[in-house]
Amino acid sequence: MSAPALTLSQLDHFFGTGEARKQAIFDINLTLERGKLTILMGPSGSGKTTLLTLMGCLREVQSGSVKLLGEELRAAPEAQLVSLRRRLGFIFQAHNLHESLTATQNVLMGLQVHGKGNPAQQRKAARHMLGLVGLSDRLDYLPSSLSGGQKQRVAVARALVSNPEIVFADEPTAALDKESGHTVVKMLKTLGEERGTTTVMVTHDNRILEMADRIITMEEGRVISDELQTPKG
Amino acid sequence: MNKLLERLIGRLPIGWLQLSHNKGRFAAAIAGVAFATLLVLMQLGIQGAMKIGSLMPYSLLNADIIISANDGSTLTDRSNVARARLFQALGVAGVASGAPAYIGILEFRQPDGVPTTLQTFGFSVSDKAFTTADVAAKFDQLALENTALIDVKTRGVDAAIFEELKAGKPYPFEVNGQTLNAVDTIEVGGTFTADGTMFVSDQTFLRFFGKRTSSAPNHILLKVADGVSPTVVLERLRAKFKGQALTIETLDDFAAADLAFQTTERPTGIIFGFGVIMGTIVGIVIVYQVLSTDVADHLREYATFKAMGYDQRFFLGIVTEEAIILAVLGYIPGLFASFGLYQVMTTLTSLPVQMDGARIVYVFVGTLLACALSGAIATRRLAAADPADLF
Repeated sequence: MSAPALTLSQLDHFFGTGEARKQAIFDINLTLERGKLTILMGPSGSGKTTLLTLMGCLREVQSGSVKLLGEELRAAPEAQLVSLRRRLGFIFQAHNLHESLTATQNVLMGLQVHGKGNPAQQRKAARHMLGLVGLSDRLDYLPSSLSGGQKQRVAVARALVSNPEIVFADEPTAALDKESGHTVVKMLKTLGEERGTTTVMVTHDNRILEMADRIITMEEGRVISDELQTPKG
Repeated sequence: MNKLLERLIGRLPIGWLQLSHNKGRFAAAIAGVAFATLLVLMQLGIQGAMKIGSLMPYSLLNADIIISANDGSTLTDRSNVARARLFQALGVAGVASGAPAYIGILEFRQPDGVPTTLQTFGFSVSDKAFTTADVAAKFDQLALENTALIDVKTRGVDAAIFEELKAGKPYPFEVNGQTLNAVDTIEVGGTFTADGTMFVSDQTFLRFFGKRTSSAPNHILLKVADGVSPTVVLERLRAKFKGQALTIETLDDFAAADLAFQTTERPTGIIFGFGVIMGTIVGIVIVYQVLSTDVADHLREYATFKAMGYDQRFFLGIVTEEAIILAVLGYIPGLFASFGLYQVMTTLTSLPVQMDGARIVYVFVGTLLACALSGAIATRRLAAADPADLF
């Protein structure tokens, strides 16, 4: 049996130095199993985004331990972090697509991080992925001529195209209307399940909650509830 | 273009896509590099003309060894040398023949009042072998007093005059209150020191330069006997004239020392050297400005790429790619514009402003290096791309 997707123990995190030093995360202990959709909830400022960046090796672990895919992140060298990031997928509040690249080229960026490969095959895979998120008629559009929902779907395709082991999503629906927000999360979940991907998502959207396997609620840097459920939808 | 670059780099040509996305800025950046390249090429062109110009008088002389006074650095800024040295030198083993050379600048006013300066060489008709074959072939005509061979490329002189001269009609003009007859033409070209060149006999020379005497020419030219090494003869001459205020050199070494003096110690040479440095700095600043703005504009995208697992090398690659694209696309129009401007300068000044192959290569390599340097400075801004800020 492979290691759990994530193991957090006695994790603390601080911002600022000296007098202004403020603790944002307090003594978090969690184990996330593979292949599940976990949702992080909580009011703004509760530390859920900070926790997400710590788990996704985008922020340095100061105290305690984060084991991502079996590898300890604390004091890990940059090269190890870079190669770990390549096994992850990120979806941000804003789509963060590159304005100079077409939809296909943006998705290709998710593949080329793994090396040169065969350009024709990579292009085919990128187009296939865009087809799966319903954008096969927008392959060569620049982001500026796509709608908000379409851009976020390109971002989903970019995150999933290289079959990441864990996908981190931070309020992926925040900038979208209800309809397209729901479509995006639905796709994320369906595609994730087919591939056995672990998904960690920060969200406020109640309609999404029922799709989750596990809901973790945070307040003031601490976990205040942790519920398993049988997902619907 | 995309496909070609993608094959070349082995990934999407992000740099090219980024640059070409913002067309206005891209065009301005290319124009900036082109301008800087042009600036450098123009300075080098003028400097080149100066070099050609300062070597030009030597190309008119045909000798192995030159003896001069040691109180100057060029052909024309020295004291005279006693003609007696010529006879002493002829007694040295290995010296086959010798000639005194008289050099000075004469000015005449054309009918329209425009002053024209002529670098004037005076040789005895019997010493014509010490000039080039072209000049020597016409030298016998100078046996008549007050006659001259004049340069068809003399700056500011009506071309019709030379046409008539070539057709056999002498051109009389007044210098220092006496009449000089141009009887035939030679082809040399203007320099920084004079508008043109003229050959006269030693007798005519002394008539027009009233203060000069035949016993004190400017230089003594020597030819060594066949099969004798000039350097061996040089050593013998130096030994013979030891302790005297003379410079004794092979003609080639003498010319090289003159050139080095002109380019590194004379103000004009230094000014053009500065021009090259200024042009390079202007280019570096423009490219740095463009690249660092470009990096700043894409920090969010770069942070996203960092989160996806791209490493520092990838970002350096993008900036380098952009630097090379700007270098190549800016260099080409700069080069073509300089060909045009060289032509214009040659026409306006009759200075030999010419392109040479080595300069094309050196300036291209220099442009690449300058752009790469700008890129390297611009990448310092990459550190600001922190993926943790994206959330």
